[in-house]
Amino acid sequence: MVSRDQKNWQIAAHIVMIILAALAILPFILLVVASFTQEDVALKYGYSYFPKAFSLEAYKYIGQNASTFVRAYGMTIIVTLFGTVGAIVLTALTGYVLSKRNLPGVKVMNLYVIFTMLFNGGLVATYISYVTIFHIKNTVFALIVPALLMNAFNIMLVRNYFEHSIPEEIYESARIDGASEMTIFFKLVLPLSVPILATIGLMSGIAYWNDWQNALYYIDDKQLYTIQAVLNSINASISALASLGGTSAGVSAANLPSTTIRMAVAVVGILPILCIYPFFQKYFAAGLMAGSVKG
Amino acid sequence: MNKKVKTNFNLKHWLPFYLMFAPGFLYLLINNYIPLYGMQLAFKSFSYKKGIAGSRWIGLKNFKFLFATSDAFIMIRNTLLYNLLWIFVGMVFGVTVAILFNEIRNKAAKQFYQTAILLPYLMSMVVVAYLVYAYLAGDTGLINNAIVKGLMGKKDGIKWYSDPKYWPFILTFVQQWKQIGFGMLLYLASLLGIDTSFYEAAMLDGASKWQQIRYITLPLLKPTILMLVILSLGQIFRSDFGLFYQVPMNQGSLYSTTQTIDTYVYRALLENNNVGMSAAASFLQSIVGFIFIMAANKIVRHFDENSSLF
Repeated sequence: MVSRDQKNWQIAAHIVMIILAALAILPFILLVVASFTQEDVALKYGYSYFPKAFSLEAYKYIGQNASTFVRAYGMTIIVTLFGTVGAIVLTALTGYVLSKRNLPGVKVMNLYVIFTMLFNGGLVATYISYVTIFHIKNTVFALIVPALLMNAFNIMLVRNYFEHSIPEEIYESARIDGASEMTIFFKLVLPLSVPILATIGLMSGIAYWNDWQNALYYIDDKQLYTIQAVLNSINASISALASLGGTSAGVSAANLPSTTIRMAVAVVGILPILCIYPFFQKYFAAGLMAGSVKG
Repeated sequence: MNKKVKTNFNLKHWLPFYLMFAPGFLYLLINNYIPLYGMQLAFKSFSYKKGIAGSRWIGLKNFKFLFATSDAFIMIRNTLLYNLLWIFVGMVFGVTVAILFNEIRNKAAKQFYQTAILLPYLMSMVVVAYLVYAYLAGDTGLINNAIVKGLMGKKDGIKWYSDPKYWPFILTFVQQWKQIGFGMLLYLASLLGIDTSFYEAAMLDGASKWQQIRYITLPLLKPTILMLVILSLGQIFRSDFGLFYQVPMNQGSLYSTTQTIDTYVYRALLENNNVGMSAAASFLQSIVGFIFIMAANKIVRHFDENSSLF
């Protein structure tokens, strides 16, 4: 039995959610439509949901410069792959050790990790130490190591999972069977913690895929640009597209159908993630929730 | 049992754990602890040739120069005001949307709404900047062409990217647009934890939906709201670099409303090669940020031990 009052609330809720959903989706539709708009139409009437003429010229241009985008996607995939695997292994190891409450010195080790959540040296100190001590500039490590590889929040998440979800008896029985601690970790602990590690993997994977800041700080060499770095440099200046290399050497920036290319490039940049998003959205939401409710 | 372990320190038993901790230890050393050593740059005249240790000490000169400019005031004001506004707005929207979302019974609809409003949160700020540009570009933007010139019949469009007065609103809109899905999830977690028997009892007593929200939901959400607000107050000296750097397209004429500590530090360091003032601002952000976070944690611990960071 649903009362009238309840029904009104339901309707109100649906209306608000529909508006929010539309607000979230519509900009992406405009982006796609704009990228298929004919250049002179876009110039004359601006970007529109209902352009007067469609064209593939922007995508043709991207096709001619495919090598730039293929290379950038290659970089993004390499960085995301190594970064995510590295993040999972590092976080799992560290979180597991910290879950051993009677390990001598574990309190200090916890503090060592937690302090990094509270105090941050800031961009200048971090940048200068990475550049002058570790000489990371214009290397692929600059895209993987700084900031993204491991963070204290995820370590705490894993630590709490190990503490609450894996009973101590399991370790004990394995030890009695003569398994070494490494064997226990790889053969027993990791398989049992697939859910939390998958969550951390997903969130790290998204962070690496989306990252443009490390490239902004540490990469000048265009050969090392990820897809986000390419998007960023084109955003900064549309002529960057011509200077990115590929077959465009003869094309001057002035001849570019730049108004629509800009949008087509963005579409190429987000299409893969847009296509698979509906399939991992459930895990994405679960991952966000896991991070939000600590412990 | 515990005591025994401590007195007879069994290295052979514990060594594997220390080895397993080593990679994480090393990473935090490189990424978090060695940079602390670099913080001395705030008090030095840095040269890339001489490195961190070799650069000359100059006392508080970097800070003096920094505060002699109007940049210092503007970036601190912007950082604090945007944070305060967004903590409040984000809380109100987050709670409202979470409550409404929780009312919906249709599972497929729920799934669709959640997927849609989380989509912006998945996108990088670079992509967001492209989306915003499609609407706001001076000559080809949708808003100028369809609304300002079209519906309102004005001859010239608005120059969004050169007039700072629009940006507090634009940035607030974009920030909420991107975050609202996440904000909803934050509060949804604790909404789902509320015992349904409260509502059943209230309905038997004839309470309206509004009364249920007012007298059951909101009071029970209050601890979560308080916690999240205090924890975000701890971050009040930090800003989302991507949002303030990418979305206004790095336009100098907009700095009065778009410059925050993080964008200033980046620009001084890498665009204007002014390491000294950048280091001073960065140092200040670290120290003041630390004080705010510690204070916020202390307050949260006072209310609820489990919600604090440590």
